[in-house]
Amino acid sequence: MRIELVKRPQHSALFSALSPFIALFLTLIAGAILFSLLGKNPVSALYSYFVEPLTEIWSWHELLVKAAPLILIAVGLSVCFLSNNWNIGAEGQLIMGGIAGSILPVVFPDFQGWYVLPIMLLLGMAGGMAYATIPAFLKVRFNTNEILTSLMLVYVAQLFLDWIVRGPWRNPQGFNFPETVQFNSSAILPEIWAESGRAHWGFILAVVAALLVWFMLSRTLNGFEIKVLGRSARAGRFAGFSAGRLTFFAFLVSGALAGLAGIAEVSGAVGQLRTTITPGYGFTAIIVAFLGRLNPLGIVAAGLVLALSYLGGEAAQVSLGISEKSARIFQGIILFFVLASDTLIYYRIRFVTRHSETAAKGA
Amino acid sequence: MTSISDKGGAGRPLLEASALTKIFGSLKACDGIDLTIGTGEIHALLGENGAGKSTLVKMLFGALQPSSGDIDWKGDTVAMANPAFARSLGIGMVFQHFSLFDALTAAENIALSLDVKTDLNTIATRAREIGQTYGLPVDPDALVGDLSVGERQRIEIIRCLLQNPDLIILDEPTSVLTPQEADLLFVTLERLRSEGKSILYISHRLEEVRRLCDRATVLRHGKVVGQCDPRKETSASLARMMVGSDIHVIERRPNDAPATQAALIEVNGLSQKPRGPFSVSLHDVRLSVKPGEILGIAGVAGNGQGELFEAISGEALQERADIVRIRGKDAGRSGISARRRLGAAFVPEERLGHGAVPDMSLTNNLLLSRYSTDGKVFLGGGLLRLLQQSSLALAAKRIVAQMDVRKSAENPDASALSGGNLQKFLIGRELDRNPSVLVVNQPTWGVDAGAAAHIRQALVDLARSGSAVIVISQDLDELFEISDRIAAMVHGRLSESVPIEAMNMERVGLMMGGADTASAHVNAGAV
Repeated sequence: MRIELVKRPQHSALFSALSPFIALFLTLIAGAILFSLLGKNPVSALYSYFVEPLTEIWSWHELLVKAAPLILIAVGLSVCFLSNNWNIGAEGQLIMGGIAGSILPVVFPDFQGWYVLPIMLLLGMAGGMAYATIPAFLKVRFNTNEILTSLMLVYVAQLFLDWIVRGPWRNPQGFNFPETVQFNSSAILPEIWAESGRAHWGFILAVVAALLVWFMLSRTLNGFEIKVLGRSARAGRFAGFSAGRLTFFAFLVSGALAGLAGIAEVSGAVGQLRTTITPGYGFTAIIVAFLGRLNPLGIVAAGLVLALSYLGGEAAQVSLGISEKSARIFQGIILFFVLASDTLIYYRIRFVTRHSETAAKGA
Repeated sequence: MTSISDKGGAGRPLLEASALTKIFGSLKACDGIDLTIGTGEIHALLGENGAGKSTLVKMLFGALQPSSGDIDWKGDTVAMANPAFARSLGIGMVFQHFSLFDALTAAENIALSLDVKTDLNTIATRAREIGQTYGLPVDPDALVGDLSVGERQRIEIIRCLLQNPDLIILDEPTSVLTPQEADLLFVTLERLRSEGKSILYISHRLEEVRRLCDRATVLRHGKVVGQCDPRKETSASLARMMVGSDIHVIERRPNDAPATQAALIEVNGLSQKPRGPFSVSLHDVRLSVKPGEILGIAGVAGNGQGELFEAISGEALQERADIVRIRGKDAGRSGISARRRLGAAFVPEERLGHGAVPDMSLTNNLLLSRYSTDGKVFLGGGLLRLLQQSSLALAAKRIVAQMDVRKSAENPDASALSGGNLQKFLIGRELDRNPSVLVVNQPTWGVDAGAAAHIRQALVDLARSGSAVIVISQDLDELFEISDRIAAMVHGRLSESVPIEAMNMERVGLMMGGADTASAHVNAGAV
């Protein structure tokens, strides 16, 4: 016997809309099972994981800090995924953006003024774009699989970051810690409400980016082109759209936003370049993009949900004594259920027995 | 049902289906169908696309299980569990789409389908014998990939005959054949009938049914609407039974545009290499169409029609700009949008996934081919190029009314429309901008008769209003109905075109087989 997926003739609009919520609900159930297997009380564990972080003002700030890069990156990825360009390398583009944006405060720390920050943000975007151009070029020119190339380039970027902060850019007064000098004040992305917490302007940038991309996707010919080529390359060619050009466009947009996320994180949340500027935002953003149904407005909500999983992981480490890496497990489970619910909306499962198989073969 | 006399056989019928019903979801694909096939008769199963022919046949062959109803075989009620069982009873089937592997020889392909293991030499010998007996010459050692469509069909028939069936089901066998190849097939079928074998012959080509078949069962909307002796009917009366109403006759005014006018579309020596493993190369294709004219391009599928379409439309570019000229301007190096801006319009063969995006709404699909030519209307906001949904909706409404597109919602997805209605919309989408040049590939493929007549009339009207129209089609009746000149494509070459007055079925058949390509030019004036 084997299991087949059979396309449904019609799919339910109701369940399509409910899908992210079903996925979240199933994630909670799976989490409860996981906690009870670990010998924890599932109710109190889930409480401290998902509710407790929301009971204090400062942790709301932390939520926005974590959500900012997730939303920025996922918004860019939605452009990629909608146009059938599978950019898995946002993590690397984020890192390169962070490095490029840090050039001014690290290499020219005496260069100060109001204009430093905008230049840093632009350099960050340029760094991410430049790095995203590589898989785009390889795909368009050599028909290389962009999933592989963009993913492999993440490791290159990680090692490059490691080398640059341990080597040439290491803070001479830093007791050999792998980090650069602290950024001067004009290179710091300011807080939104400095008196109550750390949330910085990165979140505002993320919401603006989401609005802009939403507008482009839903109202302009450019967005139409993205959707047409993503759904049917042949119809796109018939329409006169160029798939190669769009591949570059999608990678450049997502690279720029990932790079912006990188420099915003470095200059807003961290204040210096370190080896550990990202806990995997570039990968988690893939989950955010799908949980948000590749809709930039949905992505803002999904980004907050996934940010909560990071906070919950930290809280769980303190109150439950389990590793903060459990956040990764939750993120994985969410992605699994999101994709599973989406698949089951479009397909139904059929069990093929030996008997019906011979019948089918005869046909 | 037993009241109908069993003409061919002595005594009881070979196969008798009673009240066969098949329900898919809420759709009754077959609704209480009675069918009797006698021994030694060729029985036609007539009906439009979607009438339930395929579903019925699949139930008879065991590929689908009926929701209710019985099948009697030689007097005994049987449950057709699967095709292997049907074959063991003595039912063989030749499908419309062949299931042969290109990389294997004919004999190897036959061996794969046999339920009993037989060695290749035996198969080759028997295939040759059968081929000789029934006039189906085929080399068992030839690679299928090198064979023509007609030869592949012969392999399928031989494969079927090797099992020594009493009933052979043929699904649209002539749709892939030239008229000459079809004639050869008819000889084979008549010989089989004379040996007492029965044939269930599925077709929508009325002429050949009248010529070949002893009895016909006509289906419409899943029901039997008539049984008759096709030789006593006319094509028109059979068509009326199939469609349920009289079919619109195409009005074709004479082309009164002066013959001295310059061509609106020209192709000058187009050659190109195959672009992939399943692509055909083009060799020195030349054509030109003047205002007011329809050029019909005949040919069996897979002879380069798709490649020619993509070359003219600009989806594939040419080596030199003057190879394709539209309204007197070189367009060979311009993309499809630039060619549209020169006044050309295109309707490809495949509706879903080429001419339209399946899961996009009609208004979005309207924009798909019109944004570059009608940007002033459909796009606003300057460089932002904002979509103007209200003017798109207005234009879609106009097209829907003009082409009589039937739809269930205000602005449904393209995939929610039936084939005929979507095709009417896609042709209407181009006609709506009054193109000077229209190139359309298989305009009525898989479209019901009413919609097909509407589409053909629209093409004729466009041409007579002063545009140049190229129609690529496998349907010869259609080409004869609307074309002013007909050329044929074979192996990536296009024959000289012949005026419709000098054209007949035999001639076009020879051209499609490649025989007439050289002499056509010389003969054109003489016939």
